[in-house]
Amino acid sequence: MNVTAIIINGIAVVGLLIAFIKDKRKAIKSLKIAGVSFIKILPMVFIIIIIIGLLLGFVTPDQISKFIGEQSGIGGVLLVGAVGALMHIPALLSFPLAASLLESGASVTAVAAFITTLTMIGIVTLPLEIKELGKKMALLRNGISFVIAIIIALIMGAIL
Amino acid sequence: MKGTENKKINKNMKEKQKQGMIRDLIILGIILAVTVILLTAFPDRKGPVIGASWDFLLEMILILPAVMVILGLFAVFVPKETVVRYLGKASGIKGIILAIILGALPTGPLYIAFPMAAALLKKGAKISNIIVFLSAWACIKIPQEMVELQFLGVQFMISRLILTIIFVFIMGLFIERIIKWRDKEGGVKNAI
Repeated sequence: MNVTAIIINGIAVVGLLIAFIKDKRKAIKSLKIAGVSFIKILPMVFIIIIIIGLLLGFVTPDQISKFIGEQSGIGGVLLVGAVGALMHIPALLSFPLAASLLESGASVTAVAAFITTLTMIGIVTLPLEIKELGKKMALLRNGISFVIAIIIALIMGAIL
Repeated sequence: MKGTENKKINKNMKEKQKQGMIRDLIILGIILAVTVILLTAFPDRKGPVIGASWDFLLEMILILPAVMVILGLFAVFVPKETVVRYLGKASGIKGIILAIILGALPTGPLYIAFPMAAALLKKGAKISNIIVFLSAWACIKIPQEMVELQFLGVQFMISRLILTIIFVFIMGLFIERIIKWRDKEGGVKNAI
């Protein structure tokens, strides 16, 4: 167990203890919500885990790095950024996927672009965003988010 | 009236989540089948594939329940009404910082935030604050940062976090300028 996992579990345990002391009913309610969300996300967890296995087992680092590695240039970054914007998976699960891509030869820039567009931009939820906030604001937010995601990714690649 | 509206949204969301769950299970089935076929065709890949999956599964299992507990605690103890109340009042630099903090609280998926943002806009909240709030909600969530730390390391997580905050802030001001400028030209009626 690494330090991060210990800290996260520690926060959860301390939080739960405080919650139980403050309000037992609310604490039990939050545990129920946690249980339901955990079960809901499980199928997606297994999907991502299997995809990671296939990715690391079948695709060679050479192939990955050709598309989204150091040698792929800005084209690769834009490509992963676009894939991230289109994909609709829970952000929590994008990180293990990103880690496996990094492990198998993707560049920091590409991985940062992937995570940032995936979390910031929602093409799937865009109709809802337009309905609630209007076309102008929704399109501006998603469009400019793509540009800044690429800029953030390029800076990440330069400093890491 | 507000109560029934909320109930309707909740019911809609539950339906959607149920459909999503079924869709996920179907995808899982397909991927499992594909994997079995692939591993039967290439038995030498069995070791690496299962090994990699197993490692990542262990790492997920170590943190996911704790992350879910933290999400559950926030959902119950910091209801979204509180978020709306605080953000509606805030302005200036304080407003931006508050928008980031409130957006970062683990209070649910992005589509919950859209109606909240719309309500805040109607109440007269600043456009820049709302953009920052939405973006923080989308990509600076506390549980997300924890999982990022676990899988990508402290350097990656911190630098992406700082860069995101800076650029989201700039984006908020920029979009506010554009919308205000266009409204002056084209009339206020298509502002929202």
